[in-house]
Amino acid sequence: MDFFALTALEREAVTLSLWVAGWAVAVSLPVGILTAWALARGHFPGKTLLEALVHLPLVLPPVVIGYLLLVLLGRNGLIGGPLYEHLGITLAFTWKGAVLAAAVMAFPLLVRAVRLSLENVDPGLEAAARTLGAGPLRVFFTVTLPLMAPGILTGTLLAFARSLGEFGATITFVSNIRGQTQTLPLALYTLTQVPDGETGAMRLCILSVLIAMVALIISETLSRKVAARMKA
Amino acid sequence: MLTLQITHRQGQFALDVDMEAPGTGVTALYGPSGAGKTSIVNMVAGLLRPDAGRITINGLCLFDANQKINLPPEKRRIGYVFQEGRLFPHLSVRANLTYGMRLTPARIRFVDFDAVVELLGIGHLLSRRPAGLSGGEKQRVAIGRALLTSPAMLLMDEPLASLDAVRKDEVIPFIKRLGNHVSIPILYVSHELNEIRSLATHMILLEEGRQVGSGTPEELLSRPELGALWGKKGTPLDCGPAAAQMRMSR
Repeated sequence: MDFFALTALEREAVTLSLWVAGWAVAVSLPVGILTAWALARGHFPGKTLLEALVHLPLVLPPVVIGYLLLVLLGRNGLIGGPLYEHLGITLAFTWKGAVLAAAVMAFPLLVRAVRLSLENVDPGLEAAARTLGAGPLRVFFTVTLPLMAPGILTGTLLAFARSLGEFGATITFVSNIRGQTQTLPLALYTLTQVPDGETGAMRLCILSVLIAMVALIISETLSRKVAARMKA
Repeated sequence: MLTLQITHRQGQFALDVDMEAPGTGVTALYGPSGAGKTSIVNMVAGLLRPDAGRITINGLCLFDANQKINLPPEKRRIGYVFQEGRLFPHLSVRANLTYGMRLTPARIRFVDFDAVVELLGIGHLLSRRPAGLSGGEKQRVAIGRALLTSPAMLLMDEPLASLDAVRKDEVIPFIKRLGNHVSIPILYVSHELNEIRSLATHMILLEEGRQVGSGTPEELLSRPELGALWGKKGTPLDCGPAAAQMRMSR
């Protein structure tokens, strides 16, 4: 067997993992920026509650989150029921559910990083943009958002990495179906449970490290570029 | 012409001002720190909402508490040069300069890009980033950025305060040229009498949130009853080079 050729199972696990993590980040990024904005700049009743809710996945066991998702969004669930009946959308035991589980688990990390960068944006610059004729929305997209770029980048990487590694919530909510919901960590776990699985497990382990390294290097390069742009 | 009659309360500090600034030349807004100068400028720009009163510019109402008019800053066409420049760090000097210009409809634009760049001597900086500029260069770009929106009035809030003497000399001549080349009235906040002497054509005195005098700088500076104001706040009446030197070495 060629050491460098991926087996069908590995290929499936890797593609599915990247697919799920990519979607999880894409879905949670706009929501995360909006939430970070509300938490950093907003004044509204229930702000503390929202803050606690956002951070819940960080402090709860992932299995609890997975179970909550199952109860709420399963086909017989509180939200999942109507979702299936009226829109024909099933989340539990599908890759979309894996995306949701990963997004929920990664959400606090994303919001924290984005919020930190937002708090570092000088409101004086936004005021200056207003006096130059830009309305609030234009100010956000031409001044605030570009100045938040480093934090958004960090948040995206953190969320992506967290999504790749998601295990507990995923296996509880969408189970471990090969080619459907069996992401890299799930495949690795499965291999550790069968006899003669050590080699396969080790290969997946090396693959995980490689993917993480590549993601880190890309993010580092990008943030260095962004930082350089703000200097001379 | 700018007219402003407002009252505003901020904690312990009460502002109660009735003032007029002429529609041409440089009007200096002078007063000790805490007199309310920056608050007034922010109110004209629309960044601070007065409790009550009315602000108009050339007959156009910017704010009227009774009629519930409060134009947002982006609709006021007031250029604002901040003390600390506030250039956008993520944009080049050129993009900073054109930021407001591109948001100004072409039919009301009367300030030309090339003319401003020439006037302020910033042609060689256009492709640079703000982080690479000296303090004086930054302020010149900030002036250009505000000017290019073709504003009805230019506000300058101590634009030289953060600069040392050498950097100040990089900017003062350009502000002087501004007065001669562009017909935009300037409201110039300062607590430096020698700046006012060399730049202003009109002067408004503020103390503890009230206007205490208005006239030409020569007139006001020679009024005996106002001498107390200069003296009390430790600003010598004599603002020749010797006095300026003394202040700098302090």
